[in-house]
Amino acid sequence: MVELFFGYLAGAVVVLSLLVVFSRNAVHSVLWMLLMFLHMAGLYLLLNAEFLAATQVIVYAGAILVLFLFVIMLLNITEEMRLEQFTVGWPMGVSVSLGVLIAMLAALSGFRTDLKGPWSIEAVERTTHTKALGKVLYTEYMLPFEIASLVLLVAIVGAVYLAKKRLR
Amino acid sequence: MEINIQPLVPEIIMAVLALLLLLLELFVRRKETVGLLCIASVTVAAYYMPQSFGKAFGGMFISDGYSVFFKFLFFINLILTVLLSIRYIVIERVNHGEYYALMMLSTLGMMIMASAGDLIVLYLGLELMALSTYILAGFIRHDIRSNEAALKYFLLGAFSSAILLYGITMIYGRTGTTGIALIGAALAEGTVDPVLLLSVTALLVALGFKIALAPFHMWAPDAYEGAPTSVTAFMSVGPKAAGFAALGRVFLTGFGPLTGEWSVILIVLSVLTMAVGNILAIQQQNIKRMLAYSSVAHAGYAVIGVIAAGAEGLSSMMNYLFIYALMNIGAFAVVITLRSEGFQGESLHDYKGLSRTHPVAAAVMLVFMFSLTGIPPTAGFIGKFYIFKAAVAAGYAWLAVVAVVFSVISAFFYLRVVMYMYMHEPEGEPLTLSLSPAIGLALLITTVMVLIVGIYPSPFLAFARIAAG
Repeated sequence: MVELFFGYLAGAVVVLSLLVVFSRNAVHSVLWMLLMFLHMAGLYLLLNAEFLAATQVIVYAGAILVLFLFVIMLLNITEEMRLEQFTVGWPMGVSVSLGVLIAMLAALSGFRTDLKGPWSIEAVERTTHTKALGKVLYTEYMLPFEIASLVLLVAIVGAVYLAKKRLR
Repeated sequence: MEINIQPLVPEIIMAVLALLLLLLELFVRRKETVGLLCIASVTVAAYYMPQSFGKAFGGMFISDGYSVFFKFLFFINLILTVLLSIRYIVIERVNHGEYYALMMLSTLGMMIMASAGDLIVLYLGLELMALSTYILAGFIRHDIRSNEAALKYFLLGAFSSAILLYGITMIYGRTGTTGIALIGAALAEGTVDPVLLLSVTALLVALGFKIALAPFHMWAPDAYEGAPTSVTAFMSVGPKAAGFAALGRVFLTGFGPLTGEWSVILIVLSVLTMAVGNILAIQQQNIKRMLAYSSVAHAGYAVIGVIAAGAEGLSSMMNYLFIYALMNIGAFAVVITLRSEGFQGESLHDYKGLSRTHPVAAAVMLVFMFSLTGIPPTAGFIGKFYIFKAAVAAGYAWLAVVAVVFSVISAFFYLRVVMYMYMHEPEGEPLTLSLSPAIGLALLITTVMVLIVGIYPSPFLAFARIAAG
């Protein structure tokens, strides 16, 4: 049963990602991406990561995609759609991605499932994912958490500076 | 859980003072004051540095000789570029206080990178550094070239961050940890498999982007040319040195057991970088673009120190970056003095006859160009000498020979500037240099240091050797 769900979700993510890339209309791309994000949330649920799944839906599918749509609505997409592609990199791009794909497939054998840390599947199920994540984030990963807050601050300062200061 | 924050004190001071500066900027009318306060803040952080040795947060943050050396390098970079900026950003009409706060936050990111004992901390430090630098590159909002530089830098930087994260997830999937020392321990007994190679390659590509190794250098010339010149000086030294600090720690500690595998890739990248940087610099007519390619080439030399590995290789790399910082910022300082109201001063032809009109500026530029080429008695010679010595000692004599050949090629475009300054008659209207006490001080420090390190290098070499352990 789990395999069936995983197969569906993983296959859907791959197909939807391709649709995102190949859609000529940017709005369609964003909507396919929305569907892809929802399927990814499903994958997280299968991994017992319900907090991550909820965040995926709220932050990515909710906030970020709305922002994407905003930006696209500001552009004139009917004109963009008629534009010819201005970079000629098709054969190069395809061969690089195929090369990366082959390298990834070759690398699959190296991954291990026998590694045991303090947070095994049973431990996560016992404490629940949200609680476990909170515990780790605010104790062991305190320092990265604080640095991330500075990164966000810089992003805000930059956005305000670049958008607000008068052009002279 | 007891938390020991002693090793983090300089970083905390930098963060707090950067935020204070951001607030103060609202009330201070004269933005020059903010610049001076920025320098004062750095001095305070530097004062607490010697007491910071140790580990914090379960080894996620390491303050050792290696990181302290790099942090002093970042401080020198920050102080010198602030001195260059004070007058320059007035001329460019972007005299805003955020400029200095962003430079401090970027430096804080570099410090975190140099001290990172965990790949997650390394990644976040890198993002903090890079994000601030993207904004600084696009700081002249009314200049389309600055916008272009910021956008290109941002897009390629974001791309390389994604590759870095890919590499980190793969190494986590293979070893079950993101701690750099733990990865080294986990790999010590194991065998080499494809996933490790893929992870090593991904990390190498991502850090290669940051230090502009060919073929990942494409962004550098455009970003360096378009960014405000003071920011170009800042980002051609700081982020590059931070990338090297991360490269040294991750590859020598974390991937130490795989040295045989990654050094082969790094050798290829190093030769390619020296070739691309030096050969493409020959045909540049814009001095900022020429210095951008030159900075690509210098990354190629410094990487030889990482390939040579061991304490000697590392210390030669650190030493090289220290000298590179001085001479590169010095060269950019001269470029900045040529920029005045309504005059770009970025073309090589603007340097024609500079020795007649402004003999001191020409003489100073001469010192930096000699140093960048690696001619004694300047510091550039010492830097290259010890890199090559480390390479020969590690059994890469042929690589040192290749690097010497490319140094000779580099003489062509560095000495062309000297030829323009000394052997040509001035053209067009006479130049007016935009000088200020701050930029004079920066020029004085860099020139004197380049000459002192060139003539009497032993204390500086000893510092790097002790720091490398």
